[in-house]
Amino acid sequence: MARFLGLPEAIAEFVHDGDSVALEGFTHLIPFAAGHEIIRHGRKRLHLIRMTPDLIYDQMIGMGCADRLTFSWGGNPGVGSLHRLRDAVENHWPNVLRLNEHTHAGMAAAFTAGASHLPFGVLRGYIGSGLTHVNTTIKSVRCPFTDEVLTAIPALNPDVTILHAQKADRLGNVWMEGITGAGREAGLAARHLIITVEEIVEAFAPAMNAVLFPHWLVSAVVHCPGGAYPSYAQGYYPRDNAFYLEWDAIARDRTRFLDWMQTHVLDVKDQRQFLRMIRAEAGA
Amino acid sequence: MSGYSRDEMMTVAAARQLRDGQVCFVGIGLPSAACNLARLTHAPGLVLIYESGTLGTRPDVLPLSIGDGNLAETADCVIPLPEVFSHLLQAGRVDVGFLGAAQIDRFGNLNSTVIGDYATPRTRLPGAGGACEIAAHAKATYIMAKATPRSFVERLDFCTSAGFMAGDGQRRQSAATGQGPLLVITDFGMLKPLADEQLAVSALFEGIDFAQAKTMVGWDLRCHDSVETLAAPTASELEILRALQERTRIAHQTRTFPKEMPA
Repeated sequence: MARFLGLPEAIAEFVHDGDSVALEGFTHLIPFAAGHEIIRHGRKRLHLIRMTPDLIYDQMIGMGCADRLTFSWGGNPGVGSLHRLRDAVENHWPNVLRLNEHTHAGMAAAFTAGASHLPFGVLRGYIGSGLTHVNTTIKSVRCPFTDEVLTAIPALNPDVTILHAQKADRLGNVWMEGITGAGREAGLAARHLIITVEEIVEAFAPAMNAVLFPHWLVSAVVHCPGGAYPSYAQGYYPRDNAFYLEWDAIARDRTRFLDWMQTHVLDVKDQRQFLRMIRAEAGA
Repeated sequence: MSGYSRDEMMTVAAARQLRDGQVCFVGIGLPSAACNLARLTHAPGLVLIYESGTLGTRPDVLPLSIGDGNLAETADCVIPLPEVFSHLLQAGRVDVGFLGAAQIDRFGNLNSTVIGDYATPRTRLPGAGGACEIAAHAKATYIMAKATPRSFVERLDFCTSAGFMAGDGQRRQSAATGQGPLLVITDFGMLKPLADEQLAVSALFEGIDFAQAKTMVGWDLRCHDSVETLAAPTASELEILRALQERTRIAHQTRTFPKEMPA
């Protein structure tokens, strides 16, 4: 059965310096609160894994939490660049960041292989792409039945995967609906799975396919309302597109970025206090 | 050119290329606007797939990102992301894949990874995302990109997604199952492949001539034997597109925050 922990306790127990960590959630249900907690814990040398690093990894990279990034699309969705990611790659600020770069199809195959405890994922991918020259882990394999040459990608098995979901019941079964991305695969590929949720309910109505994880596959459930903000939780709150646009200006400048992180993350106790601050700044 | 922008011209031209019932793999930006314009005009049965797993989505405003909630809420169904790439795209179930890029070469190969050297880039771009496999496996890819000699280049800094590779049938020898970049929609007109698979001008917008187009492209641009003239956007097309953009602008300004929950 899943354990119910507070966010600081869950991060302290399951995320250690040097770990490989996947905070998944494809635009939807991005575990921002958990990322902020990792920053507050001052974790270093993490191998961050995520298809779309998004603002949360821009923040973690800029704060020096990571020395390695496995990803497939590193932009601010619909807005432009992730300036902290770019600064790390282009200028090694605040430290050198090694890239393990893939395509979406390749990462999806690698998570699926990881969840199945197979050594590699297979696809018809990276065809004619320069990625095969700069990432030597992209290899090929010959099909024993048809002789076709296929692309092989090593499985991804993070030390810990962190997801955000709509709700859990008292046993720790986790309900997730809407865009689930590669969340299920990333969750089952990991040694430990932490899930932050909007709400904890006594029991679900017969939930069928919306329970993405039964309780015995989950290491820890954390009650964390608003934990996906500024991304969104379908049925609870929409994506704050205005914040994604604002982030472009905040992250462009090292000093402004560090000031923002100090006041909005390091000096803040939890997501509740962070959201109060954001609402107050927006006059809402 | 007056009364409409280059973005509007490209969007309308791309929308007109789509046929009702086609299955389109859509990205954010101009392709998203073009596909939704087509859906709101001559192709109401166009099936839009965004890589986030939303199938058959009918958003009333354009999404800022490929995972916006309105894509899920207006979709026929939402599927896990790995299945979008394996069960749909790789399985050959996508008719048209839309792509953009920072650089394109004469064979429709695309760069969205770096400007400069990969290890020490002058500009780090977002990377491949879904593009590389869309370029390989959509039955056809349509590329939308504005032309300048810095974006339509003789030689890519990095090849993220393959088009016709080095031309002359090289792509057909590869594992790519789709036909490749059959159409480029840019701000002077359109390019289609010649027999050697080099992209050449097949159509020009009203008021633009081939000499002008040549100055916007970094390779020695050629043209097809017959070059079509593309009609300007109609009043009705512009009205529907602008109403869509206005709804989008208002929706993206509205801020709603998570409600404070009792402790």
